[in-house]
Amino acid sequence: MRTIQRTQTFDRAQVRDAVAIAAAMVAVGASFGAIAIAYGLPTWVPFAMSTIVFAGGAQFLAIGLLAAGNPIAAVFAGLLLNARHIPFGLAIGSTMGTGWRRVVGTHVMTDEVVAFTLAEDDPARRRRTYWLMGITLFTSWNVGTLLGVLLGSAVGDYEALGLDAAFPAALIALILPSLRDRATRIVALTGTAVAVVATPFLPAGLPVLCALLGLLTLIRFGRRREA
Amino acid sequence: MLLAAILVLGVGTYTMRLGGVLLRERLTLSPGLQRLLPMAAAALLAALAGTATLMAGSGFAGVARPAGVAVGALLAWRRAPFVVVVVAAAAVAALLRLAGVD
Repeated sequence: MRTIQRTQTFDRAQVRDAVAIAAAMVAVGASFGAIAIAYGLPTWVPFAMSTIVFAGGAQFLAIGLLAAGNPIAAVFAGLLLNARHIPFGLAIGSTMGTGWRRVVGTHVMTDEVVAFTLAEDDPARRRRTYWLMGITLFTSWNVGTLLGVLLGSAVGDYEALGLDAAFPAALIALILPSLRDRATRIVALTGTAVAVVATPFLPAGLPVLCALLGLLTLIRFGRRREA
Repeated sequence: MLLAAILVLGVGTYTMRLGGVLLRERLTLSPGLQRLLPMAAAALLAALAGTATLMAGSGFAGVARPAGVAVGALLAWRRAPFVVVVVAAAAVAALLRLAGVD
């Protein structure tokens, strides 16, 4: 059960994890491709988005606004949703390497890649994990997009497969070890509560950024530690 | 216009991805602040998982999705392998929907 912690099976476990998340990405990517075509957008649009933007949530949000003939709203909504990549980049730094590795590698930064990367402690493993997950997810997302465009409505609804539950569960599994630290746990749970409460009132993207307010709980912590 | 919108969204997203990474390199952070960054990332990821689990648009997500995620989270807490967590979460949500519970 605890193979992930064992060094000799580390790579096999990593590859297995990558395959699991890649399979889910193919199915959700196929939904994205199929929806783009169902909206009546040109065939190149989903491919351009999956390669140039490569951010699932923003793509689903933007494609609806693009189809409704509102490209400016699509850009603003997509950028707001993706603003969390700034703190993600601050947290992982140049894990992917420097020079061309950084120029290319930052493009495949996603929630899942960041979660997989931060779950590792050793710098060399972190780098390997970042690239393994980044390349796997970029590939599977684009293969999925292609399948969706080709098969259209035949790919079906990914919610019927329960995949809308698979992605949050995957994120929870990945951040769980870091939540063993008490301060991190309080910050994360407070932030999550703020984000959930804010969701009905704020545009997509802002509620998740509001989770950073969870860091304010540290002020109380610091005082208590000094006392 | 369509291509321009996609390009601006793509370039903007890439700039934010690279921006955070480069900022980390340029800044000299105190150890206290360095400890804060993984916490901030954990809070963002937890909030992503939380909102994606409980909310659909501005309303609640119903029963099937939160139930699936709850089973997955429980398995993860019991240190089940990642694959088991992901498959179980999807299976519970899918089966509940098949049974007419959404």
